[in-house]
Amino acid sequence: MIEYSLEEKTYTLNLGPQHPSTHGVLRVLLEMEGEFITKAEPVIGYGHRGHEHMAENRNYLQFLPNMARVDYLHALAFNQGYCMAVEKLMGLAVPERGEFIRVITAELNRISSHLVWLGAYLLDLGAFTPILYCFDDRENLLDLLDRITGSRLTYCFFRPGGVPQDLDDEFITGTRAFIKRLRTRFKDYDNLVTKNVIFINRTKDVGVITKDQCVKYGLTGPMVRGSGIAYDIRKSEPYSAYPQFDFVIPIGDKGDILDRYVVRVREMEQSLRIIEQALDKLPNGPIMAEKVPKRLKPAAGEVYQAVETARGEFGCYIVSQGDIKPYRIKLRVPSFGNLSILPELAVDTLVADLVAILGSIDVVVPEIDR
Amino acid sequence: MELLAQFLGIEGARMIVGLIAVIALVSVNALFLIWMERKVAAHMQLRPGPMEVGPHGAIQTVADALKLMGKELITPDEVDKPIFWLAPIVVFLPVLLSFLVVPFSQTWIIRDMNVGIVLILAFSTLPVLAILMAGWASNNKYAVFGAIRSVAQNIAYEIPLLITVMSIILMVGSFKLSDIVAAQSQYWYVLLQPLAFIIYITCGTAETNRAPFDLPEAESELVAGFHTEYSGMRFALFFLAEYTNMFIVSAIATVLFLGGWHGPFLPGVIWFLLKVYALIFLMMWFRWTFPRVRFDQLITFAWKILIPLAFANLLITALVLKLR
Repeated sequence: MIEYSLEEKTYTLNLGPQHPSTHGVLRVLLEMEGEFITKAEPVIGYGHRGHEHMAENRNYLQFLPNMARVDYLHALAFNQGYCMAVEKLMGLAVPERGEFIRVITAELNRISSHLVWLGAYLLDLGAFTPILYCFDDRENLLDLLDRITGSRLTYCFFRPGGVPQDLDDEFITGTRAFIKRLRTRFKDYDNLVTKNVIFINRTKDVGVITKDQCVKYGLTGPMVRGSGIAYDIRKSEPYSAYPQFDFVIPIGDKGDILDRYVVRVREMEQSLRIIEQALDKLPNGPIMAEKVPKRLKPAAGEVYQAVETARGEFGCYIVSQGDIKPYRIKLRVPSFGNLSILPELAVDTLVADLVAILGSIDVVVPEIDR
Repeated sequence: MELLAQFLGIEGARMIVGLIAVIALVSVNALFLIWMERKVAAHMQLRPGPMEVGPHGAIQTVADALKLMGKELITPDEVDKPIFWLAPIVVFLPVLLSFLVVPFSQTWIIRDMNVGIVLILAFSTLPVLAILMAGWASNNKYAVFGAIRSVAQNIAYEIPLLITVMSIILMVGSFKLSDIVAAQSQYWYVLLQPLAFIIYITCGTAETNRAPFDLPEAESELVAGFHTEYSGMRFALFFLAEYTNMFIVSAIATVLFLGGWHGPFLPGVIWFLLKVYALIFLMMWFRWTFPRVRFDQLITFAWKILIPLAFANLLITALVLKLR
């Protein structure tokens, strides 16, 4: 007689790396009991390209395009973080107009990143239509940014010392039209999504992150703001031209995935406010610092510069030994920290919840793998 | 027809011609519905949809069907082969047979059986078996997931569906579909039984595994659910069955609630098809606007809300009929 072992109650399920809702090449190893998850372990590294090592073999300017490949969705913030770190190292000051252009383009890019997230997140929840609305809006934005930066996705726009291209009138009128358009579109999103009973039932009280957990796991960005901690580097360690603008940091109260949704949508509204003010106050003057050397050769030293990307704190740590190449660059990326809480949130949830939680973290996998 | 009738008798000839007509209708209908779904989805999403093949992409689905026919039928190594091969056929046959009793108009009905509605309801349960077979045989965890979900979902939603149908049958006093339609010559039952209609449409959407109840094939969770491992024409059969199922569910709804072929001016069959496609449009509308419900919410909704409501509706119907 054959004896079957009935001891094992759980089984393993591989979610990814080829799966519609792991946003790239993330693999989550799930141990499941029926439909419930008993253990989740993210497996990363499928998109590892060795950016940090690449930095050691290139000069400062040559490494700039890599930044857009680390986080392809909010590339301009990564541009900004890196350029600011280099400027700090070199002691360069960016002229006022340059800072304003940086803020305007980076905030536009933040909106486009959040729009992609909004669509993809709702796709994870099974609503197919919103992503096309979001991409329709984003298309306008990409046209605007394309006009000024020359590319649609992997921007390489800022330079140490300023920006290479000035804004023209068409960009400014286009941006103002876009602000108007997106504000009316928020109502559509509200009707389609936020007021939907199924959406609320799916997201309420799911994936709750407490304030303690935020600190424990080093979360940043909308993940902590959803839990009610108003932590935003644009306010806490003001950089660039941000101190000159009036904006608030939207926060949630419970820390569930619905709160994170609300926080991100409000952030888009705040970004629109920042852009509007920046366009109004746009000063005249140069866009690039004078006397930026052709070969960047900073003195020996170390700097750390953090910026707020759409996903949280991006920090660029550069060690220079006085060479034309950096000795070491360490990129502190927000998604890595944010993803680390997944195993704790995933326990005792359903696969559908896991997908929703993963969506609410808004991971950009190339950023984690670097 | 007359030649056939000599050999088989009038009933037999009618049957053969009817079956051929059904097969033609099923394929044309599925091709049309897939095109319609793509167009409806596209217009809801601010895009034109298929435009290249034929006027407004009208024969795009024909091209797709030809492509699918030309594709290799992949059978993965570790599958349970007989069951894996049988599942697409088993899913398709019952839907085909259901057409035999659908009354398109007073005369356009292949066999007006006196248990017509029972036959359709019985056949509409069978595709679940095929889904279970497909999921189980595929030797794929996602497929098994989809199959298990499908079975649980269909058991849960079959019950309120049957109960709502019962309340209509109580009012008519016949299982014959043509009798049910004939009874609605003055007013449609949707006016007398609005709750039953809503419950029926909800359950019908769940029965056909369509969004927001498309958990067996939830692409963001289960990749493609029970048909993950299917390719080519086998996959197309599952697809065909889904769309034909939608037609059957909408056809029953039309018969039970929307007065079947009744309607002014136009011939009965046109009215019937108009109502059916309007209901199908409604189901497409659901799919392209709602997010997906979670599995526990789906089951809770059926057992805790729909079944008690359907029972209450049945009891009230019975009471009113008794008192009248």
